[in-house]
Amino acid sequence: MYFYKVLIVSILTGLTSVVQAQWNNPYPAASAGKNIMYSFFRERPKTLDPARSYSSNEYIFVAQIYEPPFQYSYLKRPYELEPLTAVSVPTPVYLDKKNRRLPANADKEKIAYSVYRVRLKKGIQYQPHPAFAEKDDGTLYYDGVDKNALDKIDDIAGFKKQGSRELIASDYIYQIKRLANPSLQSPIYGLMSQYIVGLKDLRTRLLDAKKTTGNPDLEKFSLSGVKLIDRYTYEIKIKGKYPQFIFWMAMPFFSPMPPEADRFFSQPGMKDKNLTLDWYAVGTGAYMLTVNDPNRKMVLARNPNYHEETYPAQGEKNDQQAGLLKDAGKLLPFIDRIEFSLEKEGIPNWNKFMQGYYDQSGISAEAFDQAVQFTRGGDTEITNEMKERGIKLSTSVATSVYYFGFNMLDPVVGGSSERARKLRQAISIAIDFEEFISIFRNGRGLAAQSPIPPGIFGASDGKKGLNDYIYDWVDGKKKRKNILAAKKLLAEAGYPEGFDRKNGQKLLLHYDTSGTSPEEKSRLDWIRKQFKKLNIELVIRNTDYNRFQEKMRKGTAQMYMWGWNADYPDPENFLFLLYGPNKKVGLNGENASNYDNPAFNRLFEKMKDMENGPERLSLINSMLEIVRRDAPWSWGFFPKDFSLQHAWVKNRKSNLMANNTLKYLRLDPELREIKREKWNKPVAWPLLIFILLLIASIIPAVIAYRKHERQAAL
Amino acid sequence: MIAYIIRRLFYAIPILIGVNLLTFTLFFMVNSPDDMARVHLGVKRVTPEAIELWKADRGYDKPLLYNSKEKGIRSLSNTIFFQHSVSLFVLDFGRADDGRDIGRDIRQRMWPSLAIAVPTFIVGILLNITFAMLLAFFRGTYVDVWGVVLSVAMMSISIMFYIILGQLIMSKLWHLVPISGYDTGLRALKFLILPVLIGIVSGIGAGSRLYRTFYLEEINKDYVRTARAKGLSSLQVLFKHVLRNAMVPILTGVVAIIPLLFMGSLVMESFFGIPGLGSYTIDAINQQDFAIVRAMVFLGSLLYIFGLVLTDISYTLVDPRVRLE
Repeated sequence: MYFYKVLIVSILTGLTSVVQAQWNNPYPAASAGKNIMYSFFRERPKTLDPARSYSSNEYIFVAQIYEPPFQYSYLKRPYELEPLTAVSVPTPVYLDKKNRRLPANADKEKIAYSVYRVRLKKGIQYQPHPAFAEKDDGTLYYDGVDKNALDKIDDIAGFKKQGSRELIASDYIYQIKRLANPSLQSPIYGLMSQYIVGLKDLRTRLLDAKKTTGNPDLEKFSLSGVKLIDRYTYEIKIKGKYPQFIFWMAMPFFSPMPPEADRFFSQPGMKDKNLTLDWYAVGTGAYMLTVNDPNRKMVLARNPNYHEETYPAQGEKNDQQAGLLKDAGKLLPFIDRIEFSLEKEGIPNWNKFMQGYYDQSGISAEAFDQAVQFTRGGDTEITNEMKERGIKLSTSVATSVYYFGFNMLDPVVGGSSERARKLRQAISIAIDFEEFISIFRNGRGLAAQSPIPPGIFGASDGKKGLNDYIYDWVDGKKKRKNILAAKKLLAEAGYPEGFDRKNGQKLLLHYDTSGTSPEEKSRLDWIRKQFKKLNIELVIRNTDYNRFQEKMRKGTAQMYMWGWNADYPDPENFLFLLYGPNKKVGLNGENASNYDNPAFNRLFEKMKDMENGPERLSLINSMLEIVRRDAPWSWGFFPKDFSLQHAWVKNRKSNLMANNTLKYLRLDPELREIKREKWNKPVAWPLLIFILLLIASIIPAVIAYRKHERQAAL
Repeated sequence: MIAYIIRRLFYAIPILIGVNLLTFTLFFMVNSPDDMARVHLGVKRVTPEAIELWKADRGYDKPLLYNSKEKGIRSLSNTIFFQHSVSLFVLDFGRADDGRDIGRDIRQRMWPSLAIAVPTFIVGILLNITFAMLLAFFRGTYVDVWGVVLSVAMMSISIMFYIILGQLIMSKLWHLVPISGYDTGLRALKFLILPVLIGIVSGIGAGSRLYRTFYLEEINKDYVRTARAKGLSSLQVLFKHVLRNAMVPILTGVVAIIPLLFMGSLVMESFFGIPGLGSYTIDAINQQDFAIVRAMVFLGSLLYIFGLVLTDISYTLVDPRVRLE
């Protein structure tokens, strides 16, 4: 009797637990309530090597693991650099041609070199890694690892011995040499070789060595522009004055690379096992990569050797009120483990977020109406459904620009003639980017007044920042000029009502693009409609992206749309998109419109090396006036990033320049568990009904069969 | 039979060369090695030197099919086609453009593909055969008419609809299974339920309608009447006699695709985040990774040829009159 009682109680308990458990939980039950953050990635990273990595989907991982000497302040705005592994952010020392020291305010023409001396904090340790494991005699344990031993190892966890060592200045020097390594094809080698003294020469020597020895040992090669001062100090000497160089030093390209790690992964047999620096990072950062399955899951775990770093105590005015300073002074990082799952499709991604299985999410176009609503004043806020769930919305204008460009080499829309300029201005008025943002981006963007996005030095608000070739200032607000103004300009350009005054033919222009999605088709229809306002016939030349790029390189495109994501928060990184010597055609630069105005170029050359201040601002304003008048772009828009976080995610503040922000986030896993339980109760009764229906449908079939079998043959 | 199989395998060599040549031509008609380098190196700050180095490192700096600078056999062998194709015949797939070993990736990713494809295939076939037999048994009745209508309706619906509906109902509304994802070992089971279920349901319409016609062809033959006259029950007749004779056309379609099961499902894997070979192929096409595309097409062709040989062999098992010579 007792046995049956126990059995019944067990079954009931089991059933209750099954009913209460989250059947749709994609994570193991053992992880419930743990300090683990759950996130996702859309495509597998191509490389995690800091010398090569240059895209945001790679920086999600790379920036948490590798530490350049400087980082962007998490809370302060405008964006500001602060030391990370360095003791301080250095001020460059200027030298003349004979290497004599110049004063800080020396004329740019006199400055032949700038020297950045970086002093590192002592005692910073690398993450535990087999590359550092040592034998009793002090030699590296896995140096010359036996090929047979390697056969039994499938991933980095297969190396049982691990070690660590202190971060030293020569690790940074080693990484700078790696930028010149021809086998790595670092994307910034081209740019850096123009500045870092001796980098070009190192590349030549490495190319020669590659032909004879295959993979040259970088430690045996000198780099004249980079000097080791002592164990914790190094110097970088660059040509001329280039204040933006310090921003590059805050990017993963300038992270330390221990030569042991490079040697470890260069051993025979490692590559055959996909064991390379492309896939296995070795850093000093707050997190280390413990699971690297880019086809399914990437896991970052707290680095047990992480150096002392505390949550910032200073931020913007509203940060205190927003609760962003509550953790000031506490040791970082807060989260133990971050699990990223590969999630390619938007629908599952959004549903998992709504079920509480992802802690943060962006907002896809399909989910926008469910997540965000517009207030009467035109501001955005989250919907009541989101509010009830405790979800918070963060918005920020991205340090990016999407622009509609004219090819300045084109005989119709290009050139510096009055005719072409007025034509471009007319088109710029006609293309209503406010409407574009409203239709295609659910209001997530700001129509651009210039190439410089808000928040970057040189961008101005209100009337001061208005592009008065396109907009009027009416009742304290900017207002796009009336289409009649555009038509007037068009007539002045020699195309009254869209007809060429010379030959009487209708003006026919070409828009070059790539993309065949339904969304792209409606975008193209919209662009055609904008030109229709001026009675201009627009022909869409749609090709695949490869051909589109080829047209841009050859300068055969007429009008196009493109974008730029800032490398660093400086106006130079946007204005260089219109700098003549940076043209795409012939020079392979990023100036896709091939705009080349000598006056603009002269001002750019002067402005780019200046410190932020009234003088620089005045130059920038003059440059903006030139480009607004010339209108090589129709300016486009600055995208606005919208992201959602659950109530259990703390300390989240958008920082578009910093990539190593996961260490600042804090979770409340208990709250997450309660919410998940509440939101994911399994609904099992439809299954029961389905089974009953199945049985019910079998019975008539059985009856019919029996009847059929009993029937006499006719 | 062994001589037949060996002969068939030898026939496969020119077929594989042809498939490889066709893939190569189609791929390089759309993409040039420069395009591939650009896709891999990204869009920012890519220099012509970086492109040349990328091509040289991966052997894409050679002419495509014919090297006019070389003489004799080297004019054919020192080309992208030869250098990237010959190793395939010893199943050495080489490296992807991002440096990963393709063979290793295939070995790793075939298991998730199989985990979905095998249960979907087996349960799907059994269900289709049973459902088709049910329709054949009730032929000419309302059950048959509505069954066929249902089958046509089901086969007319896109797989995407099944996926979205399945995810909406099973995961979003009823919270019964995870909406997407994958895990290793037994933990993978809960992720497989929904894609397998959708795979089976979406295949019922086409499968049962096809098999129904095979049964109907058999069911009116003399041996069925004889069997019934002998006093066998309808079920015995259907399962022991009709099914066996209908197996030859069924096997034609079924056995050939068995080896292809491990190639995975392109759509299903992408939607459910399953790290199988289907999503591997889709990713490679999107990233213009010729090495992976070529390897997957080669492997697909090889497996299909193998499947056809298996089909021939299976005929001899279900029909003793068939002899392979």
